[in-house]
Parts: sequence; structure tokens; C-alpha cells
Amino acid sequence: MSELVRPEASATRQTGAAIGRAIRGFVEANRAPLGALAVFGVMMAVFLAANPRVFSEWNIYRSVLTTLPVALFLVVPLVFVVTVGEIDLSFPATMGFAAWIFAVVVHAGFSPYLGALAAIFTGMFLGLVVGSVVVYFNLSSLVATLGMNFVLRGVIQIANEGMPIALTSLRESSLRTVFASPVLGVPAQSLWALAFVIFAALLFNRHRFGVQVKIVGDNPDSARQMGIDVNWVRVKTFIFVGLGAALAGIVSTLINFTWWPTAGEGYFLPVLASVFVGGTPTWGGVGTVVGGAIGALTVSFIQTGVIGAGLSGFYVQFFDGVIIILSLIGHRWNQARYR
Amino acid sequence: MAERIVELCNISKLFGRICALSGISLGIETGEVVGLIGDNGAGKSTLIKILAGVVQPTSGEILVRGGPVTGWNAARSRNAGIETVFQDRALAMQQSVVRNIFMGRELAGRFGWLKLGREMREAERLMQEIGFTSKLLSPRSIVGQLSGGERQGVAIARAIYNEAELIILDEPTAALSLIETDKVFRFVRQVKASGRSVLFIGHNIHHVYDVADRFIVLDRGQVALEASRADLPSAEALITLMEELARPPRGLVPSFAHAEQSQ
Repeated sequence: MSELVRPEASATRQTGAAIGRAIRGFVEANRAPLGALAVFGVMMAVFLAANPRVFSEWNIYRSVLTTLPVALFLVVPLVFVVTVGEIDLSFPATMGFAAWIFAVVVHAGFSPYLGALAAIFTGMFLGLVVGSVVVYFNLSSLVATLGMNFVLRGVIQIANEGMPIALTSLRESSLRTVFASPVLGVPAQSLWALAFVIFAALLFNRHRFGVQVKIVGDNPDSARQMGIDVNWVRVKTFIFVGLGAALAGIVSTLINFTWWPTAGEGYFLPVLASVFVGGTPTWGGVGTVVGGAIGALTVSFIQTGVIGAGLSGFYVQFFDGVIIILSLIGHRWNQARYR
Repeated sequence: MAERIVELCNISKLFGRICALSGISLGIETGEVVGLIGDNGAGKSTLIKILAGVVQPTSGEILVRGGPVTGWNAARSRNAGIETVFQDRALAMQQSVVRNIFMGRELAGRFGWLKLGREMREAERLMQEIGFTSKLLSPRSIVGQLSGGERQGVAIARAIYNEAELIILDEPTAALSLIETDKVFRFVRQVKASGRSVLFIGHNIHHVYDVADRFIVLDRGQVALEASRADLPSAEALITLMEELARPPRGLVPSFAHAEQSQ
């Protein structure tokens, strides 16, 4: 009898051990996004405890899901740029610029699909320009992209003299139905943004581009010695930001039916903070796309949460700062740096 | 005569006004182990960086299997079957072993998506070949957590993965324990036995003498001496030759002093 039972028991123990190893491996490989998720969980628990009634209703989540997608299209490519060892501060103006092209094409009476295509092309072209200026002139990306942000926003201001473009025709367009109207109570743009996050996470971890981004950010000299075109990999991350900024610009214009010359400016600091709240360190070589998305979720909920918890709007910035600092301390403790 | 895998013809390299290499000509044949020796600043590192395609020569020609090459760079060098284990090992410390082994040559299918499963299997096979026996090490281990010898192993695994015809080892025994040094020697003999070539750069003349069939001594950017093992009965004979080279020509110092006086 015992002879029969024992192998079964040891098999159970073996599968148990294998599952344990798999869980440990998963946690070890995903420390940063899990840390970001923990921060988000704790924050939401505090909000829920502060005002259970508001936070158990769907409305508050739907309002976040309306604007969060725009931030996601920006945060995700920024994770690539930070991981490759650069920074791109020109994304707000690139977003405004691409959205402007979208608005101009639609306003002229062309199909919104053509407008979206033109905006995407514009965004990627601007990314190529910004990236090439930084990489091939060997400039500090912190300063050079800040400069490019002013240049591009300046061009928008000069051309439009502060005037917005109203796009009432978008209300009836099928582009809006597909990309920015509710599906079973969920804003469609949040589903598209989710698809974008999943695609980018696969690109980051299972595509030649993503792994070369990490290697270049980790040790550019080694990457060069092993035949990787280091500069082109860097430029490609800027082009990816241009793509994300264009998508963000299109979606935000579809939501508002209006293009403003300031489009994108409001995303500057929250989006930057989201990258780091998500667990991507500043030193390059490692990063997390999923963490960045969770970071954007966290940052989006702070404002809603503070108001929902019954505090006045004056508390929002304070809590923004507290969450950012606590996250950084947590990630510092959670992740070791190897060099 | 055996085929020459790679040949440098009259290669010079200037860094600003400093001449690192002047008029170097040398070739490496199939299946031989060449020892490259020279003092600090003799130009050894510059020479191997030119072979690896990392540094462009100021003048001169590079021939691969007898044919001249254009647009020589690191990727072309690797495609020509030349793999280099750099002195600093050229590893990305925050990445896994498998990512370092396939650095710059990721196994990807259509549209660039990686074949992760195949990479993992190949990495495991290579790690066993190199002699990684520790169960704690897997292709997923982060290189920054490995010991110096293990890191050297990863760099060597990367060099042998693609069946390179010439493996350049730059100071491979520097900062290694005796056992690890022994492993490197065994590896060099394995490569030679499989009919491939090795260019072995070393400070320690005894180490170089032990593994090489032919010796090239660099001195102040020039080939000062080429000798085959048959000409040298022992490492001491090589050291004696090198000491003679290092001695300044008689009369040089006094004549300098004389020139200064006359001015």
C-alpha cells in the first residue's frame, strides 16, 4: 500500500517544488513591475478606505480610462528611450505637432484616416529628426530634446497664433467610433492602449529591437564591439516616441473634437514621472514596459483619488510628489544595479 | 601553404599626432596559434581592435581570405569569421548570460522576433561545452552576478558559438586563477585541434610560449620580431631575444646629450 502511495506523493512534491521554482523565477524576473503594482495596490486601498462609496462605483474608473490611454501611448516608448540611456523631453510638442497635422488634414475635408496616417508619419519623422540631432551631433539628450520641444512648440505657435482648430465633423466619423467611443461601457481608446502596451512589452522582451535597446543602454562600447549599430538603435527609440506621440495626439483630438495649440503640454511631467514610478531606473540597460503602464495608472489615479477621498484640489500636487518619492525609494530597495 | 584567413598589409594608425602603429604587415593562417607579445603601449590593443573592426586604420589594407575588404567594421569582421574576446570582455552586466552570448547576433525569425527557445538550448549546450557545471548558473543568470572566470567563460562561449575561423584572445589570462588559466589553455588547444586559428595576446611570455606556434613581437608600433616555435627552444630564448630588442642601440643616449650641448 505504502509502496503505491509514495511515488505519487513524491511526484506531488516535485510538481510543488517546480511550481515554487517557477514562481520564484517569475518574481525575480519581474521585480520592478511587481513593485509598481504593489505601490498602486496600496494607494488604491488607502483611497478605498477613505471613501468606499465613491471608489466602488464604475464612474470614477471610466473617467480615468478616458484620459489614461493618451498617457500610455507616451509612457511606453519613453521606457525604451530611458532604457537605451537617453531621455526625450520633446514628446509633448511632437504630440501637439502630429495632432496639428491630423487637425489640418481633417479640417481641409479629407478622410480622418488619411489625417491619422499623416499624423503618424509626421510623428515618426519628427522622432527621426530629434533622435538624429541628439545622436549624430553627440549632444546631451536632456538639453537637446528640451530645446527641440521649444522649437516645435514655437513653430506651432507661430503658424497658428494661438488659435485652436474645431473639428465637429469628427463626431460622426467612423475613426472616432472605432478608436474613441465606449464599447460596453469601456472607452475604446483604453482597449487600443492596452493592445499597444502588450505589443510594446513583446517588442521590448522578445524582439531584436528591444534586446538591443537594453544592451546599448547597458554597455554601448560592448554593443559596438559586437557589431551593433549603436547610434541607429538609439535613433530608433526616438522614432518610436514619435509614433507614440502621434497616436496620443490623434486619440486626444478624437476625444475633444478640437485641436489646441497647447495640445500635449499637460502630459509633460505626469508622463515623465510615470516612467520612473513604474520602476525603470535612470541609468539605462534595464526597464519595464508593463511597469511604466502601471506607473501611468498610478499617476492618473492620484488626482481622481485625492478629490474622491474628499480632500481639496490643493492636495493633488503634494500627493503626486509623495507617491513619486515613495516609489523611487521602493524601487531602489527592490532592484540591485550590476555594473 | 595554408590559406591566410586574414592579412594586414602595411597598416598604420595615428591617434592625432601619436603614431600607434606604423607599417604593420602580418597574416594568420588556418589552424595556427599566433602569440602576439609586446610591452604596454606597443600597439597590441590597437592592432586587435583593427582586426575586430572596432578601430579604423589610418592607412593600409586588410585582406580576408586573399581578397581586399571595404567598409571594414565590427559586424563585417564577425561575418568574416573573426571573433574577439576583448580584454574587458565586452559584456553587458545587467543582462542575462543568453543575451550576452547572442549579443549582436540574436537568433531571430521573420520580422525580427526572437527564437528564445532555440537561444536557451544553444546557450545551455555552450555553457556545458565551456565547463559551467554549477547548478546555480543558467542561461537566465545575470552576468553581473557571475565570478571573473565565469564572465570570461561567457565571453568565450560567445566567440565559439558561430564556429569562428579565427578567435582573438586579448589578455585572456589576466586576473584569472591558475585553474581558470588552465581552462583557457585547454580551450586554445581545442580550437587548434578543430582546425581553427587563434591569435593569443599576452603579457606573460611563459603563457604565450606554452600555447603558440608562432610569435610576433610588437615594439613601439612596429613588428620587431617574428619567430616560429621551431626557432626557439624555450620561453627563456624568447625572453632573451626580447631583452636584446628592448636595449637601446649603443651610443644613442650620449649622442643625444652631445646634440643638446652643441645647440
